[in-house]
Amino acid sequence: MGAIVKHKAFEPGAIAVIVVFALFVAPSIFGAFWITNLTQMAVFSVVAASAGMLYGRVGLVSLGQVAPYGIGCWVTMRLAYATSLPFPVLLLIGGIVAAVIGMLIGLPALRVSGLYLALVTLMLAAALETVLGVLKFPNGGSGFSGVVTSLSDLAPMRRPGFAETDPAYFRFTVIVALLLFLLAYVFLAGKPGRAWASIRQSEPSAIAAGIAITQYKLIAFALAAFMAGVAGGLFAGSVQQSIGIDQFSRQAALFLIAVVLMGGVHTLWGALLAGFFSKVMLDLLTSYMVGGQFWNNFSLSLFGFGLMMNLIQSTKAMEKKGLLG
Amino acid sequence: MKVEVNDIRVQFGGVMPLDGVTVTFPGGTCGLIGPNGAGKTTFFNVLSGYVTPVNGSVRCDGVELLTMPDYKRARWGVRRTFQTEQAIEGLSVFDNVLTVYEHTAKGSRAEKKKAVDEALEFCGLLGVRDQLVRTLPAKERRFIEMARAVVGSPKVVLLDEPAAGLPDEETNELSVIIRSIPERSDATVILVDHDMALVQACCEWSAVLDFGRLLASGPTGDVLRDPKVLSAYLGEDEL
Repeated sequence: MGAIVKHKAFEPGAIAVIVVFALFVAPSIFGAFWITNLTQMAVFSVVAASAGMLYGRVGLVSLGQVAPYGIGCWVTMRLAYATSLPFPVLLLIGGIVAAVIGMLIGLPALRVSGLYLALVTLMLAAALETVLGVLKFPNGGSGFSGVVTSLSDLAPMRRPGFAETDPAYFRFTVIVALLLFLLAYVFLAGKPGRAWASIRQSEPSAIAAGIAITQYKLIAFALAAFMAGVAGGLFAGSVQQSIGIDQFSRQAALFLIAVVLMGGVHTLWGALLAGFFSKVMLDLLTSYMVGGQFWNNFSLSLFGFGLMMNLIQSTKAMEKKGLLG
Repeated sequence: MKVEVNDIRVQFGGVMPLDGVTVTFPGGTCGLIGPNGAGKTTFFNVLSGYVTPVNGSVRCDGVELLTMPDYKRARWGVRRTFQTEQAIEGLSVFDNVLTVYEHTAKGSRAEKKKAVDEALEFCGLLGVRDQLVRTLPAKERRFIEMARAVVGSPKVVLLDEPAAGLPDEETNELSVIIRSIPERSDATVILVDHDMALVQACCEWSAVLDFGRLLASGPTGDVLRDPKVLSAYLGEDEL
């Protein structure tokens, strides 16, 4: 018998260490600023995991993962003001709405592939940016958009009763993020994951195996949109008020794919790294190093450099495999 | 199981890779030979649904294949391998074969495992069952494709140059597997290969394509001695 090689996407031991650290150690050693940062790192890791899964596991280059992220954020926020539903239910609804819209948009988008899919999904991000620019994020007002007309009505979005404080909400976010990662893992380790691996390598070969390609791509889009949608809801609960649309802009879309590629798309660890790059590293540099703004620009350049290196490396790897030959 | 092909015509602009091919594969292991560009792979692509012919029909077991969507043909029982092997690199050997089985057949977890292990055993792959395909050499990958083609209950197995790039010894191993497919699953095997020794070893019956037309068909020995085939394909001095 040869050595048994299992999926390296998820090592239970390492996961346990990280989760225990996040749940029990981090809240007591970090101040409010870093806890908020770490919360957003957890949120962004989920978005990165969703985009990375589409690209790394299914081979779909989607630049529009900020769209379900934004949709989930908006829906969860709006419902938080309008209803008294428990917070986890709001997250679920936000995720489902994002998944449904993601699938509806995915259906025509799946008729194109490669570069064209990238363009279509980037335009999707642009469209959402426009819509959000008009609607704005809810902040306690009434009506469909829930935007206040007077400052006295301005109210922060509620958090779950058991996680009102920042450290408690951080723990809550880590747990939800972990559940989403597990959800992705269940899909990846099962029938969909095998079908996606086939589709990514060769669509003709996948067809020859009896795989209904469109159906499995839609499942991927729906799952990724669901994850990003729930993450959007978590983000809303973290910031609570005056969310800027720049979080969900075209630039954010490109930034997302850059950090996702830098983190690595083939394991779920890459997503954690992407979350670290985008939410923690920048603040580490700007808070503790002399010349804050320089480091901000430096980091952005670093992402560009990293993205380029990544693309060059993966092109080389492909040449070795003869895909370009 | 007979595969009745009637007047298949494929047109790409002004080019006709298949120009009215009518042939009935009698069952068992059949050879399909012809020079480069004769239309062999196009013929396979018509059968698996990647290419839509402008005319023609393919009937098998009373079923018209050409009206079925491509992935449903696989579920019905059309299997194939590719000239450049397509074993899924990111999956284990077991998962590679399982992927085909779980999309083409229904069954409990135990039935799946049994069917996949049987196919792996048939192709001599049980020793590398749990290894990642990425780590395996060419021979194993070729054999994984064979296991993918035979797992479950295939009805028509299309093998597109399965021995390409394999040394003689491994080609012999492969030919043993190819010859035993029909009795294992009652499938009709159609083998495309340039290795005439392999075709002769595996196929009692063969058809020859040239310039998109059927040149000859019949018992392999007779076909290979046919003067038309000699002049069009092998060249007189090769025999």
